[in-house]
Amino acid sequence: MKTENLIKAMVADREADGSVGPGALASAVGLGLVGSLLLYAATLAPRELSTALMQPRFAFKLLVTLLLAAGAAAVVARLVRPDGRSGPASLVALAAPLLLAVGVLVELAVVDAAAWRTRLIGDNAVACLLSIPLLSAPVLAAVILFLRKGAPTRPDLAGVFAGLLGGGLGAFLYASHCPDDSPLFVATWYPLAIAGVVLGSRILAMKLTRW
Amino acid sequence: MQVDRREHDFAEAMRAASRGDVTAYTRFLQNVSDWLRPIIRRELVRSGRSAADAEDIVQDTLLALHLKRNTWDESRPIGPWIRAIARHKLIDALRLPRGRSKDVSIDEFSDALPAEEMTCPAIDDRDIERRLDALAPGQRQVIQAIAIDGLSIAESAAKFAMTPVAVRVALHRALKSLSRMAGVS
Repeated sequence: MKTENLIKAMVADREADGSVGPGALASAVGLGLVGSLLLYAATLAPRELSTALMQPRFAFKLLVTLLLAAGAAAVVARLVRPDGRSGPASLVALAAPLLLAVGVLVELAVVDAAAWRTRLIGDNAVACLLSIPLLSAPVLAAVILFLRKGAPTRPDLAGVFAGLLGGGLGAFLYASHCPDDSPLFVATWYPLAIAGVVLGSRILAMKLTRW
Repeated sequence: MQVDRREHDFAEAMRAASRGDVTAYTRFLQNVSDWLRPIIRRELVRSGRSAADAEDIVQDTLLALHLKRNTWDESRPIGPWIRAIARHKLIDALRLPRGRSKDVSIDEFSDALPAEEMTCPAIDDRDIERRLDALAPGQRQVIQAIAIDGLSIAESAAKFAMTPVAVRVALHRALKSLSRMAGVS
């Protein structure tokens, strides 16, 4: 078929995928979050939020996980387009780990060295490693579907940031349940759980967002 | 200056196309392919491949531009968007490993090609014919009626005793299948 004939077929085709703008990403994440919340409701329960939110360590871990998700979302919103570069936006995703590092230093300063080990190991390490990927999965699925509508030229990077977005929100939900509030616990187990999500997400994105 | 002018024209044509201007969209796709063809030939030759494959890659790029036109942000320049898509399709076709993909660029001519390479005969329908043959029969008859026989959606619907909606769906699926088969030999 000659190119001019192919052009005729394309011009006759008025079907198009929907927008891949920030609004579309927000609705995809929202939809995924509904799924995550259902899983959350089925498996875990939030702590008594009115009192917990007053505790700086609890509020801090919620803030760090949300910040991670928000930073990653900004990068995903760029990488969904073929000409999108992660560029300086990817630095936003560094804000969460940096903030967490500051939290760890403060914790080390204010807590007696004898208590470090107990706080780091906590009581819920296994639950954390299992729950975060589980709670991340619906959001991650929605974000990968969103990327499929787009045309990422770096599916590997897009997958990594989709994983950080899903993993960040999964960790946020889990954090609202988990009684281990110490930044030492958060900095040990959360990144491990999220790294698993990121790894899976990268593989999925490279397979599923080809175009 | 010339680049700005062309990008401006491309952007205008795409905006008109998204408002349903068929003539503008046809012209846009033609102009883009005329612009990309020599650049893609140059990159093929630079990678030690035959420039005769250029038309396949031009067609793949057009298909991707069309099917992924929702990914152009109208507030951003259209040139980088077109180049990114063309580059992606070229890298796919060359099957370059990630590390070498930086060698490929869809930029303006930086060096002129020898004349005989520029004018090599384009065998422009080998790959797409193979892919057409691989389409589901329903999709193939619709795309051939529209692309080759020049029928409209309504005429094709009458010819195949289908509803216009079914013709539209078959056409869209045919284009998506053709695009998905890119680089699969």
